[in-house]
Amino acid sequence: MGLLLSLKKKFGFILKLFFKKDKMRIGIYGPPNAGKTTLANRILRDWTGDVMGVESEIPHETRRAKLREGVKIEVDGKSLTIDIVDTPGIATKIDFHDFLKYGMSEEEAKRRAKEATEGVIEAIKWLDDLDGVLLVMDSTEDPYTQVNVTIVGNIEARGLPLLIVANKIDLPNASPARIKSAFPQHTVVPISALKGINIENLYRAMAEKFG
Amino acid sequence: MEGVQLSLISKEKLEKMASMEKLRMILDSVKEGKIVVLESGLTPEEEAKLIEMTMLEIDHENFVGIEVESYPYKESFLSKIFGKKKGRLTVIGPANRLKTLEKKEDLITALVKIGD
Repeated sequence: MGLLLSLKKKFGFILKLFFKKDKMRIGIYGPPNAGKTTLANRILRDWTGDVMGVESEIPHETRRAKLREGVKIEVDGKSLTIDIVDTPGIATKIDFHDFLKYGMSEEEAKRRAKEATEGVIEAIKWLDDLDGVLLVMDSTEDPYTQVNVTIVGNIEARGLPLLIVANKIDLPNASPARIKSAFPQHTVVPISALKGINIENLYRAMAEKFG
Repeated sequence: MEGVQLSLISKEKLEKMASMEKLRMILDSVKEGKIVVLESGLTPEEEAKLIEMTMLEIDHENFVGIEVESYPYKESFLSKIFGKKKGRLTVIGPANRLKTLEKKEDLITALVKIGD
């Protein structure tokens, strides 16, 4: 790694005080099925009136990153303009057999698996072009997965502002507290992107963190 | 004799290797069905690169990916400013052989499947 990049990472927060961007590019990251596209759609619906992509229970529904530019969020008198990148879910394994359970043909499942692997690579590459990250975790699942640890580690190493979104709190076995205890060094905002529960708190936290 | 080969790689050996050399060795071993245990682990950037390389090599018949587990990073204020983060012990294996049963801040419990 070059010396300049290393210095930028270590002292980037000081530079940001003096050279603040008027528009932040925020990536929505997380494992498959955490609710990334549902959250992207919720943000777009609330502030622009349209949607980003198709929501589905089948893992790896989003297999190409989607970018929506110039989304203006206004909360408590603060205004924040962001470009939103909805990324494919990051995974360490992709088995086409998993897609057969959703009624796909073998050919279709294999094609989806191939596209999903390309999507993971694309999501990792996008990390180089972001100013901040919303990391979406399913609060009904164990947060201590390698994918979560790897994403958090990379964001910290890049010195990017991070908000952890504990999604799906509308479900009975949700435990945002488990996520807070796994990543105590970061702000965790419990929400339901599907139902819009606590979404105002997320916008407030975004204005605070990325504004 | 049926079994799974375990490669335990020392911190000293890992420190002498360049990132790409390290990742290539890990991935080649895992694709041969071995479980690799790294004493000093990988940096976050190396972990992301390992996932990226894994995705490039997945095929439908023989290799569906990896199971990788490491403890979260711990760093002091001084290491944050002056030092590079180093992961702690990391276990990596083929996804069809290695399954993580439990992972906490200081504990990883894994199941290794022998045979098909």
